Amino acid sequence: MTPLLEAVDLAKHFPVRRGLFGRARGAVRAVDGVSFVVEKGRTLGVVGESGCGKTTTAKLVLGLEEPTGGSLRFEGADLTTLDTAGRRRYRRGIQAVFQDPFASLNPRMRVGQIIMEPLITHERIEGADLKKRLERLLDRVGLPAKAASLFPHEFSGGQRQRIAIARSLALSPSLVVLDEPVSALDVSIRAQILNLLRDLQAELGLAYLFIAHDLAAVAHMSHTIAVMYLGRIVEMGAAATVATTSRHPYTRALFAAALPSHPDEKREEIVLAGEVPSPLAPPSGCHFHPRCPSVIRNRCPGEEPKLRTIDGIRVACHLYE
Amino acid sequence: MAPLLELRNLSTHYVSQRGTRVVKAVDHVSLALDAGETLGVVGESGSGKTTLALSILRLLPTAADNAGGEMLFDGEDLLKKSPEEMRQIRGKRIAMILQDPMASLNPLFTIGDQVAEPLRVHEGMGRRSAWQRATALLKSVRITAPETRVREYPHQMSGGMRQRIVGAMGIACEPRLLIADEPTTSLDLTIQAQYLALLRDLQREHGLALIFITHNLGIVAKMCDRVAVMYAGRLVEFGPVRKIFDEPRHPYTRALLQSIPRFADSRQRLTAIGGQPPDLSALPLGCAFHPRCPDAIDRCRGEAPEETGAAMGHTVRCWVAGP
Amino acid sequence: MASRVATATLGWTLSTLRMKGFPWIPVGILFTIAVVAIFAEVLAPHSSEVGSLGERFKPPAWQQGGSSQFLLGTDHLGRDVLSRLIFGARVSMVVGILAVVVAGTIGTTLGILSGYMGTWVDQLIMRVTDTWLALPALTFAIFLAAILGPSEMNIVIILTLVYWTRYARVIRGEVLSLKEREFVRLAIVAGCSKWTIMKRHILPNVLNTVMVLASLQLGVVIIAEATLSFLGVGVPPPKPAWGLMLADGKKGMMAGYWWLTVTPGMCIALMVLSANLLGDWLRVKLDPQLRQL
Repeated sequence: MTPLLEAVDLAKHFPVRRGLFGRARGAVRAVDGVSFVVEKGRTLGVVGESGCGKTTTAKLVLGLEEPTGGSLRFEGADLTTLDTAGRRRYRRGIQAVFQDPFASLNPRMRVGQIIMEPLITHERIEGADLKKRLERLLDRVGLPAKAASLFPHEFSGGQRQRIAIARSLALSPSLVVLDEPVSALDVSIRAQILNLLRDLQAELGLAYLFIAHDLAAVAHMSHTIAVMYLGRIVEMGAAATVATTSRHPYTRALFAAALPSHPDEKREEIVLAGEVPSPLAPPSGCHFHPRCPSVIRNRCPGEEPKLRTIDGIRVACHLYE
Repeated sequence: MAPLLELRNLSTHYVSQRGTRVVKAVDHVSLALDAGETLGVVGESGSGKTTLALSILRLLPTAADNAGGEMLFDGEDLLKKSPEEMRQIRGKRIAMILQDPMASLNPLFTIGDQVAEPLRVHEGMGRRSAWQRATALLKSVRITAPETRVREYPHQMSGGMRQRIVGAMGIACEPRLLIADEPTTSLDLTIQAQYLALLRDLQREHGLALIFITHNLGIVAKMCDRVAVMYAGRLVEFGPVRKIFDEPRHPYTRALLQSIPRFADSRQRLTAIGGQPPDLSALPLGCAFHPRCPDAIDRCRGEAPEETGAAMGHTVRCWVAGP
Repeated sequence: MASRVATATLGWTLSTLRMKGFPWIPVGILFTIAVVAIFAEVLAPHSSEVGSLGERFKPPAWQQGGSSQFLLGTDHLGRDVLSRLIFGARVSMVVGILAVVVAGTIGTTLGILSGYMGTWVDQLIMRVTDTWLALPALTFAIFLAAILGPSEMNIVIILTLVYWTRYARVIRGEVLSLKEREFVRLAIVAGCSKWTIMKRHILPNVLNTVMVLASLQLGVVIIAEATLSFLGVGVPPPKPAWGLMLADGKKGMMAGYWWLTVTPGMCIALMVLSANLLGDWLRVKLDPQLRQL
């Protein structure tokens, strides 16, 4: 079965301009050859720290940035070969919910207009038909019908995120990119929104690309998890496995760094040395080697490890070859 | 032994310019912290936890003022101190770390100048000796090559390093109490792990008492000995960390603990708390949590609950919490 | 204790001057000037352009030698100062508002295009703006006045041409940061075209800044018009303009005919001060995080 979204060796390099004449010298390899798959109705969770490239990946998937290498296929069609009509279809199929509920809604538009904007951009729909669709969407996300005539500032953070979710569903997409959808919300509201997203996935068969730094939330929501480090995927596999028995030293350190949910919860204490390196000057070979507690001195700094499948998990590490 | 810090019915109110609107940001909060202990103050937006921290250091904005209660630090009531006395306490006996390290560091001064500043102000050190101490301090917060770093500027440092520098400034004069307001919110996970490990080591070395102001129960689970849960300016539960996690008495605490996703969890749905966080300027009558409380009874709607359980060291403000 | 009282008094004075509440006085003044300008024909007791030489240099009514016929006295041609002030309000208002509106429209449009579209459009517009800004405003205005010739319409054109650049620059800055906001990204993801985004998402959100800028610019433009008239390249006589009255009155200063300069000067000052106070209040009210303009 064709996966819904397939990325093969996807890359995005930003040239670094130096000098008076703006000649490009070197590049920031924000996304450096990542390959992943999002299946229909399933969630791919992406985790990683600053500079790992997860936000850029999201932008590539959403068409907000053009890839500099590799390919992105949506429902089998290669993104780069799409004509205008094809691009419109692509836009209908992939929508997004972003982190900041306060910046995601145009403060000068009414909620109803905000939610329906994607629909009126693509279809000729108006009057009673429009109203019906709007009410149905509001109902789906648990907002009253009268919310449509109000402005965003009259709503709380959690409610605004619901409005953003309603908007993302307007075109009945097959994939929704969720970029930190609950990080800016109060802790007591996060569960509400996560539950809503889960319910919507079950009802509408939505696929999600779920990006977050809250590992437990990602593990809870995702079927598959991909761990990124400096533009590359270092580990990818079933959520439960990656979360509890990860292989790659970075993944293990990352999940060990996640905060416990109980004072007595024993967790392996792995404290990494050094800082998260900047994507402007990534270390040679395996990007993680300067901080890796299990580094192989004569191999890791020189050779970039390839993603290999071990016991159903894909790991990019010399320890597993 | 007397506690290092004891708050008794502390209240801080924000009063509007014309004196018409009063927001009770901190409302009759009582808690205690021993020397060398770590206290976590947990709450969401509008809970009053940051105002509480600022109240302890008496660093409130002009619109806010103390509205009653006592703040005993080492037996002395801080509320009765003069501004000059408070200035001598701040930075020297009680220090504070804020959430955004970039806001705490002056971009125009070197790291050395900034870490040395508390030493020069409070201990009257000369420039040279203060800089030497500053270098040693940077080393103790695990900054590599401190001799070079001392001469550099904040913008040349990463977020994690800046936070550690701010930590160095905090412990410079060997305070007895360090208040950290959401110190790791802006940090990456692995950097956060480094930082928390560092704080724990510093605490052990210097016998430092820590107060963590946070919305993250994970930090509390990892770092704290005692927990104070705040909601709408009131302390709804306070007690030892294990007790709070194992037997939470207040419905809010219970709901909060249940709503957080966990790793080894096979639950399909998280237990969510309905409704919205409270608006401090328009609090409901009675218990502030009752609109969202699954266990609310009639009494909750009319009367604000009293504090019970002080004798057992596990206090709660709730009409339906069991004994 | 005394210092506390002093601080409190100072604070109260400053806050009253800054008009933390709605600025009734500035708005009232501007409104009055507008009303006067509209109903000039009805309000002015005499003609503003024709006077009788027999009545020249009459002082204001309350001074010795004055008469209640000419409340604020007369000028060197025997024209009633009050009537000239009233009609002059019309000139200032019309020129001021028109210049601000037209310059604002052009500048905002270019600012939005420049900020949102980036690339060569941005480069082109910005280079033009930079060059324009490099020209000293009043000198440029005088130069244009010399070419176009004096007339009320030409003054509006000149002031528009000189002052549109301020809008373009500031609005472009706003747009650059607005562009990165998530609701704009979501509009792109939803499939909106560039033009729709600029019209529906960018424009309404820069209107606040435009309004603040416009009210502050009103003061600038009025002074510019007054200066041009003062220098003789503004609204041509005998049409009354406050700046022109200042110029004419200058000659009489030494002889003690103070009302010829003080009255138009006060009118200019009042109008500009009110516009500035309004703009200042708007700035704080609409967006307290607005950068220093």
